[in-house]
Amino acid sequence: AMAAMARALPRPGRRFRWRIWASAGGVRGAAGGAAGQQDYDLLVIGGGSGGLACAKEAAQLGRKVAVVDYVEPSPRGTKWGLGGTCVNVGCIPKKLMHYAALLGHMIQDAHHYGWEVAQPIQHDWKKMAEAVQNHVKSLNWGHRVQLQDIEGALEYGITSDDIFWLKESPGKTLVVGASYVALECAGFLTGIGLDTTVMMRSIPLRGFDQQMSSLVTEHMESHGTQFLRGCTPSRIRKLPDGQLQVTWEDRLSGKEDMGTFDTVLWAIGRVPETRSLNLEKAGVNTNPKNQKILVDSQEATSVPHIYAIGDVAEGRPELTPTAIMAGRLLAQRLFGQSSDLMDYNNVPTTVFTPLEYGCVGLSEEQAVARHGQENIEVYHAYYKPLEFTVAEKDASQCYIKMVCLREPPQLVLGLHFLGPNAGEVTQGFALGIKCGASYAQVMRTVGIHPTCSEEVVKLRISKRSGLDPTVTGCG
Amino acid sequence: MSPPERRARLSPRAAQLPPETREELRRHLRGLIENNRVMIFSKSYCPHSTRVKELFSSLGVDYNILELDQVDAGASMQEMLFEMTNQRTVPSIFVNKVHMGGSDRIFQAHQSGLLQKLLQEDSTYDYDLIVIGGGSGGLSCAKEAATLGKKVMVLDFVVPSPRGTTWGLGGTCVNVGCIPKKLMHQAALLGQALLDSRKFGWEYSQQVKHNWESMTEAIQNHIGSLNWGYRVSLREKGVAYVNSYGEFMGQHKIKATTRKGQETFYTAAKFVIATGERPRYLGIQGDKEYCITSDDLFSLPYCPGKTLVVGASYVALECAGFLAGFGLDVTVMVRSVLLRGFDQEMAEKVGSYMEQHGVKFLRKFVPVTIQQLEKGSPGKLKVSAKSTEGAETIEDVYNTVLLAIGRDSCTKKLGLEKIGVSVNERSGKIPVNDAEQTNVPHIYAIGDILEGKPELTPVAIQAGKLLARRLFGASVEKCDYINVPTTVFTPLEYGCCGLSEEKAIEVYKKENLEVFHTLFWPLEWTVAGRDNNTCYAKIICNKLDNDRVVGFHVLGPNAGEITQGFAAAMKCGLTKQLLDHTVGIHPTCGEVFTTLDITKSSGRDITQKGC
Repeated sequence: AMAAMARALPRPGRRFRWRIWASAGGVRGAAGGAAGQQDYDLLVIGGGSGGLACAKEAAQLGRKVAVVDYVEPSPRGTKWGLGGTCVNVGCIPKKLMHYAALLGHMIQDAHHYGWEVAQPIQHDWKKMAEAVQNHVKSLNWGHRVQLQDIEGALEYGITSDDIFWLKESPGKTLVVGASYVALECAGFLTGIGLDTTVMMRSIPLRGFDQQMSSLVTEHMESHGTQFLRGCTPSRIRKLPDGQLQVTWEDRLSGKEDMGTFDTVLWAIGRVPETRSLNLEKAGVNTNPKNQKILVDSQEATSVPHIYAIGDVAEGRPELTPTAIMAGRLLAQRLFGQSSDLMDYNNVPTTVFTPLEYGCVGLSEEQAVARHGQENIEVYHAYYKPLEFTVAEKDASQCYIKMVCLREPPQLVLGLHFLGPNAGEVTQGFALGIKCGASYAQVMRTVGIHPTCSEEVVKLRISKRSGLDPTVTGCG
Repeated sequence: MSPPERRARLSPRAAQLPPETREELRRHLRGLIENNRVMIFSKSYCPHSTRVKELFSSLGVDYNILELDQVDAGASMQEMLFEMTNQRTVPSIFVNKVHMGGSDRIFQAHQSGLLQKLLQEDSTYDYDLIVIGGGSGGLSCAKEAATLGKKVMVLDFVVPSPRGTTWGLGGTCVNVGCIPKKLMHQAALLGQALLDSRKFGWEYSQQVKHNWESMTEAIQNHIGSLNWGYRVSLREKGVAYVNSYGEFMGQHKIKATTRKGQETFYTAAKFVIATGERPRYLGIQGDKEYCITSDDLFSLPYCPGKTLVVGASYVALECAGFLAGFGLDVTVMVRSVLLRGFDQEMAEKVGSYMEQHGVKFLRKFVPVTIQQLEKGSPGKLKVSAKSTEGAETIEDVYNTVLLAIGRDSCTKKLGLEKIGVSVNERSGKIPVNDAEQTNVPHIYAIGDILEGKPELTPVAIQAGKLLARRLFGASVEKCDYINVPTTVFTPLEYGCCGLSEEKAIEVYKKENLEVFHTLFWPLEWTVAGRDNNTCYAKIICNKLDNDRVVGFHVLGPNAGEITQGFAAAMKCGLTKQLLDHTVGIHPTCGEVFTTLDITKSSGRDITQKGC
């Protein structure tokens, strides 16, 4: 779930319904529904993860706080209310659907482990969607997804906000974009047996380590997801039979091509909604390119008493737990005794693609840019999860790399893990990196056998050595 | 905030030396040790040194001597010697490249005749190193020594189980331990996944059966490929592999006996004992004849059927767990506590989850007799058991009885008494110093047979590798047995690192500890309709040391995967504050540790009620 201030489609001239929650010494419910003339110690604009966390913390510190949130019905008419939505709910349905897809693979695996399951094995979208929706009462993936200004996009396309709410199976799907949202959705759609194509303009998972990103897409490709690289859509038409005819341009050749799909899912990125806030009137500087608000390490904007947290702030990771922690720490600095800054380095995250990708710290590219190729050492390994052996599964993309400073004791700068349960594996190592772990310390940690995460503490081959990084057998 | 200060591992003076100088000094010392039959590091004024010199003179033995007080780098050399031998004092004596110790040890060895034996030994042995036991530890030590250019032999021999089961190279872990048990655990988890999958929209025939034979065949095929892989990797490294039983005949001489009784003799400068352990039997009527152990289970050619598991070790609970996962009728007979040595709160939760999922527990009972009622695959066995608390006896019929009451070290028939290696009479374990050296200087031991060390594959691998590097390389790094993480593959997995709550209280006292804990509900379990408030996370912090985490415990899916990284963090001095300042990965189970805010002492409710 992302900050709620960007909950509106970037279309000018819309009316927002403003709602205010005021509190003094505790966050209360709606205060009469009118803004009125009141004074507050803190006014939070946007009731998303970061905003709410900041407001609650300030209230707990005895301050008078108001949260201003606006709600915009989605194109399909779905509405949210503040507090009615669990702040973290956005990630829930996607992980559940990802899990549904993993279960499909497990049914296949089960055969190798002696389970006799009669064919045919089919997937019922309706049943899954109902189960997921029953769990997720109200759903919000945060930002409205940006729709491109092309013919038919708005009428016929859906966004990641809608996919979880479809009553019927989306059928043959075109996913436009290569963000993590795009790849996650394409991954689980493929996993439950749908014909799925990803159309990407340039690189997958921008901002993530590119070697890992290409392994992610390579794995998806080998498991049936189709990729149209270097292509951009130019128009969508609805055919008489209800199917969508998509025309796209191959940017390299300049040629046009065409295909038909049942569903077109847009996942090309997000734009923060800051324009309607009249920030320039207050003198708050934004980046003209992406409309993000410029902040310093204190989260302060160019105007001393105005702060910005979450996805609207320039250069911040767009992650729920990051916004929450930043909000809490900001309130503590403003109204408590604390001077603790939010540490935006070493924020761990995971991408729930079919082969999961967890990471913390710097990508190899960032490490090279920051420290120079000569000053970093990258340890890496291709490994095979034990469970893959009996199931006869291909482990070509199960890969780990640890990016370290080259100079002893070789401080760990980044860890990248591609494999099952990547998020679970990464969390603890994120702590280690936070503690200032060196390569030597990680190597002194005894492994837990047999797990995938033990491969991290057994990384012995450096990229520089040119030796084969394939793990063969134990020890 | 800044990371905590990293602790210096080396003594300050040695650390001050530039690495090149240290390296040069070490080479010089090694040269002296390698090239002299007797090498004495001494100080010219030391009376003990004088006595030792007199002893060797009286024996008519040539010796070389270095007076540390008369050379420039003497103090640094003394420190290097300390790093190499763990002995700071002089004299420090080496005989035939083996560190003997100080003057007391030399005079003892002289009295017992050991010194004369060592001096008599021909220094041209067949091998630099013979490793007895081709398990995880032995193989890693042998391969590392070979990599360092040494001539190495591995003796490996699997004595068939009473039921006649035997296996290939690689030891317990690969053949009858970690590997097959995790694969069977995975098979059981897949059974659960099949149930879950219907809730997530998957549809297929209701008739789902588990086929023991096809699972076992697939697992055994994988193990076969691993056995082969070990053979190949030994060959590639130039390690001699002999499939024979090793027994000491002299300080440096060993007899190797093949399955057919053929005997061959080999000599080596140094030995590593890595023979591991085998399952213990009850010593009651019918146990060896009719019961099986984990040695037999993983290659059992038929489904075990209704099974009684005797014992509450992790082996017992893991086996009971996956057998129940295949739909078998499983009972666990427990004499006293579950998972002895593990945190007992966690152990009880592991047990109660199993109980809720169909495993029956008979607490405070021990078997008295096992009788065969019917032969077959499986047959029928009548088990009589008696209460440990009273006169009550019970009887029941099972298809299979699996004993998992503990394991005994394979140290009894190695001829260790002939060469004077001490063995703990009661446990059969071998005491070693912190460099894995036994009381006989050129004999080392690693793995499960060590007294007071964790019995874990990765520990043995690490210890073996580091030992080889210390013996034959320039390394001084010792195996660190502190904060070794592990996991138990019970139906609900349990991962831990550091101290149990009981042990922490014993070490730090209750008032100095703060325990943070919570129950949690994995996201995948919600839609699957699986038990809420079952998974559990707990950390134990030392209030006197900056709330440093001294114990980490997690009960939930993928517990091992979660624990590993936290173990690395504990190596780097993990504190509660650092946990609080780390961003969670959402939605995972591991993130629960970044938001722990309920202390056990507060007595507050830890049940979860939605987001």
